[in-house]
Amino acid sequence: MHQTTYHRAQSVEEAANLAQGASDPRYLSGGMTLLPTMKQRLVAPSDLIDLRHVDAMQGVSEEGDMIVIGGATCHNDIATSEILQSKVPGLAYQASHIGDPMVRHMGTIGGSIANNDPAACYPSAMIAMNAVIRTNKREVSAEDFFTGLFDTVLEEGEIVTGVAFQAPEKSGYGKFPNPASRYAMAGVFVAKTADGVRVAVTGAGDDGVFRATGLEDALAGDFSAASLDGKSVDSSNLMGDIHASPEYRAALIVAMAKRAVVLANGGDPDTKAATPAGTAAA
Amino acid sequence: MSEVTLVVNGRKVKRNVEDRTLLVHFLRDELDLTGTHVGCDTTQCGACVVHMDGKAVKSCTVLAAQADGSEVVTIEAANAGYDELHPMQKAFKEYHGLQCGFCTPGMIMAGIDMVRRYGPGNLDEATVRQNLEGNICRCTGYHNIVKAILAASDEMAKSDTRLNEAAE
Amino acid sequence: MSEGHGIGARVARKEDKRFITGLGRYTDDMKVPGMMHAAFVRSPHAHAKINGVDKSAALEMEGVIDVLTGPELKADGIGDLICGWAVSSKDGSPMNMGAWSPLATDTVRHVGNPVAIVVAETRDIALDAAEMVAVDYEPLPAVVDAVDALGEGAPQLHPEAANNLIFDWEIGEEQATDDAISGAAHVVEVEIRNNRLSPNPMEPRAALGHYNKAEDHYTVWTTSQNPHVARLVMSAFYNVAPENKLRVIAPDVGGGFGAKIYIYPEEVVCLWASKRTGVPVKWVATRTEAFLTDAHGRDHSSTAKIGFDADHKIVGLKVETVANLGAYMSLFSSATPTYLYATLLSGQYNIPNIHANVKAVYTNTAPVDAYRGAGRPEATYLVERTMTQAARQLGVDAAELRRKNFIREFPHQTPVIMNYDAGDFEASLNAAMEEIDYKNFESRRQESRNRGKLRGIGMSCYIEACGIAPSAAVGSLGAGVGLWESAEVRVNAAGTIEVLTGSHSHGQGHETTFAQLVHERLGLPLDQVTIVHGDTDVVQMGMGTYGSRSGAVGMSAIVKALDKVEAKAKKIAAHLLEADEGDIEIENGELKVAGTDKTLPWFQMALGAYTAHNLPEGLEPGLKETAFYDPSNFTFPAGCYICEVEIDPETGKTEILRFVAADDFGNIINPMIVEGQVHGGLTQGIGQALLEGVHYDADSGQLITASYMDYCMPRADNVPMFEVSHQTTPCPGNPLGIKGCGEAGAIGSPPAVINAITDAIGTEAVTMPATPMKVWQAIRGAAMAQAAE
Repeated sequence: MHQTTYHRAQSVEEAANLAQGASDPRYLSGGMTLLPTMKQRLVAPSDLIDLRHVDAMQGVSEEGDMIVIGGATCHNDIATSEILQSKVPGLAYQASHIGDPMVRHMGTIGGSIANNDPAACYPSAMIAMNAVIRTNKREVSAEDFFTGLFDTVLEEGEIVTGVAFQAPEKSGYGKFPNPASRYAMAGVFVAKTADGVRVAVTGAGDDGVFRATGLEDALAGDFSAASLDGKSVDSSNLMGDIHASPEYRAALIVAMAKRAVVLANGGDPDTKAATPAGTAAA
Repeated sequence: MSEVTLVVNGRKVKRNVEDRTLLVHFLRDELDLTGTHVGCDTTQCGACVVHMDGKAVKSCTVLAAQADGSEVVTIEAANAGYDELHPMQKAFKEYHGLQCGFCTPGMIMAGIDMVRRYGPGNLDEATVRQNLEGNICRCTGYHNIVKAILAASDEMAKSDTRLNEAAE
Repeated sequence: MSEGHGIGARVARKEDKRFITGLGRYTDDMKVPGMMHAAFVRSPHAHAKINGVDKSAALEMEGVIDVLTGPELKADGIGDLICGWAVSSKDGSPMNMGAWSPLATDTVRHVGNPVAIVVAETRDIALDAAEMVAVDYEPLPAVVDAVDALGEGAPQLHPEAANNLIFDWEIGEEQATDDAISGAAHVVEVEIRNNRLSPNPMEPRAALGHYNKAEDHYTVWTTSQNPHVARLVMSAFYNVAPENKLRVIAPDVGGGFGAKIYIYPEEVVCLWASKRTGVPVKWVATRTEAFLTDAHGRDHSSTAKIGFDADHKIVGLKVETVANLGAYMSLFSSATPTYLYATLLSGQYNIPNIHANVKAVYTNTAPVDAYRGAGRPEATYLVERTMTQAARQLGVDAAELRRKNFIREFPHQTPVIMNYDAGDFEASLNAAMEEIDYKNFESRRQESRNRGKLRGIGMSCYIEACGIAPSAAVGSLGAGVGLWESAEVRVNAAGTIEVLTGSHSHGQGHETTFAQLVHERLGLPLDQVTIVHGDTDVVQMGMGTYGSRSGAVGMSAIVKALDKVEAKAKKIAAHLLEADEGDIEIENGELKVAGTDKTLPWFQMALGAYTAHNLPEGLEPGLKETAFYDPSNFTFPAGCYICEVEIDPETGKTEILRFVAADDFGNIINPMIVEGQVHGGLTQGIGQALLEGVHYDADSGQLITASYMDYCMPRADNVPMFEVSHQTTPCPGNPLGIKGCGEAGAIGSPPAVINAITDAIGTEAVTMPATPMKVWQAIRGAAMAQAAE
């Protein structure tokens, strides 16, 4: 990678100040996307500001009826959080299917959300659960936050400090990974709340994460996988590449939505592997 | 340049390195711990897996500066606390879980971490296969790697009270 | 077998200890005082003219030692890279080989083609500086598909090869084959595409070149499967240095699979750059560089026409193949799609007439050469897909059609050169069918159907040729080298043994299996036997490891050397024991006089050989013997693979439920290691069938699959536990009866997988890799076709 200057921030304020003083800074959280991109010399930030040691951005907690996840919480801690495993199993499942065990020890939810890779998993959960993205400047609803491929409303120097949401009654995720990269080729998060059902899709849209309202309607009356039988998704705004055409992605979205619903209803959609024992999140 | 201080394999080390130095190169080039390998550029192959503060990470995607203040264990000290070899190392040999040996250090460090996360004796074939998503081997077809990790996990459940206590 | 460590024993590997403790020593682990680091400036274009290279900005950077380019390399007399196997066209004309300069001078012909080398104090600085080398490229149109490259108006790569045609080669009798097929009761025609693969040993290629000015001597540590061949080629053809001034060391090598046979530009350039700059120069490939420049494998487009008589006996097979050789001819690239491919088109079957025509073609892609299996996977895929499709069209069971056509008498001369020496194809077929419970498959299919899944079963009866090869025979076919192997058995004065072998282990476990052979013969403990390989200054000339030859050829050389050692040891022992030489037996580390209790410990005999105080009249002191073994024939591993898959029709995802492998490798030294070779080979074959494919953009020639983000490597969750068994017909051609086991898995498995998938989905319209999308599309296409009827 190109030369860069590393800084370790102990607080959100320190991080923001460090960014202000740099010519082309990037926040470094887990680094699981940024560092490989730098290694391939595709980006060359002047300064890296490490957020992993900011205490205020760590862990899963409850604030009243809201669940709050600090931006620097790693995927592994989300996957094994007792709070999430019991109240939002769909999100714990989703986190347990990001990357691999080593990546999950480093990669963070804040980093993933701020980067908004079109194949990243979390944006789908955030939109489906109507989460609020907390930054050091404001709170933004997830639907407003994600604006396009690798694009968000984040302004220069703004930090995703965490996310907050009410636990849905039911939640589930279905992911069909790209066979090579194992990123989502179609990832569907479903959340059932008193207000209805929301279905959000990642890995497939040519403008990033989106809501599949047709599937939401189908699930509104009967929250079962069977109610998605014969349903389809318009492929005209889906991505195509050597691994998946838009038409194929459309089919995967329906198939993954079914799996997500099965999981949300307490079933075992695909996984044959045991789940690591739950541990109290830090 | 940054001054980086780590405890590597139980020994405190301090070096001045460029901020862009990756942990894997710090280990290989500065400390001559060449058991940790680089097999890809995209954080996928897992030949570089080490333990940082007790958890498996891919040292090709951690800056040495990020690891400043951490405790790192590499394959060279995987047997710390055991006699000559860790049960995972023994099992890889006994079950022929390696051929060319290049991915092996990462596999063994990932295998030890797997047992730590699930608890000794709690692994099954499907779990091991899924948890090896981040470790690529081109020689073995994984057959004997899976067998070795399962055997080591069971062996550790039988004989490794140290880990059982730590999990409690 | 003695003490459970000899031939046939599952001995844990001697070499493992260093690998499991992080003490293996690979090329990138080597450090030499004063060592600097290299990065290559590579073409971003698939095809372009070079109008100039401006290296001034790079040279000004702190920490940069030098930047060197093609014209400087040429001026120093470094030669072009060559293909070492001459294959002529059917009209008798020699192959049309274009020039391949280690650093491009005027034209680049594929993305990644090296143009310059940067030598700097660190790898990062070298990479920084490589970005600052300004190359003035004039892009030219590119072609990546071999069939397209033969077409009218296609971009032309080399002036030597009109229409990009390297050769138009044939084997077999065309007229007789045409006549047989035109008279056949049934004719089945198939189109076969064999996908391009990247070998991907986990250790990327690397080279550390060190020129010693005082001695005028060169050393290169490199990731090679055959260091002696590298030295020969770099000396005799590339003019790097005379052999006596060039030492090639291949230390621990992290897998090869063929990709590390060849002599690439980088090791040549590192050596030359070391002399030019006066510092040792190390280069280590990134994975992306590996994808761009390691020789790829396969990439055939073929049609096959097979004729059967009314009784379903094959009467003729006609094959046309276009083979993509990439932008330059790699070292053995001409042999792979010809003598290693079309000579195996008879498969396990009695086929009286075969004709094959192979056109080898230049394209703007990485060079293509032998990759695990090398030609035999392409032949097996063609024959076994054809047999299964024929069975379906004839309405007969796939196993029965094969059984009906099996060769049952040996030796068997095929119409395509090969003379099969031994085999029992039915034994492997029966074993595999029994193991997988073939007869009850339909009930399992129904069980899957009840769960909404599509289940299929597929088989493949492969035969391949290993133990390459009789030197005179391959010489007559155009090989530039002989393919014997060497061994030196050195008995030390205190009786321990070093075996110096020309074979090279990069995962195969030679340090164990070769020691097992010595143990079997002499009864010495394994830890008193050391296998030495991989260093041209230490080991006598040898030919290296590829083509599953180290057991059949490499160990046969050790047997010959051991024969000589034993003969001399017996002379010494007979003299010391005052017995007749013919009465001496060697057993459990002792020399005994048969029928008596007189013994001499091995170490005392050895000591006697070196003290030389009391040797038989005229016998030289010492005990060290060398042998060169030239095989009399290829060997012919064969077997039957049956695979059962289940497909989710919603996603097209294929799961391999079971994979049964029944192989005949002849005699086996270490079954544990042999099974490991099969597991690895099967996984590479399954990778080819389901996951892997090199993909170049057809317009730009850019490599899309340039990292693991897009090139799909088999992971642990892509494969099942394998069910492996052996049926044994010893090879009559070598002293140990060994056939070889290194490549069979990769050769036999792809058609088994695709035959299973096509069985499950009821259409043949799926190509490798059968990705979830392609299978989903095939299912949907078949459903639409059915609806339209």
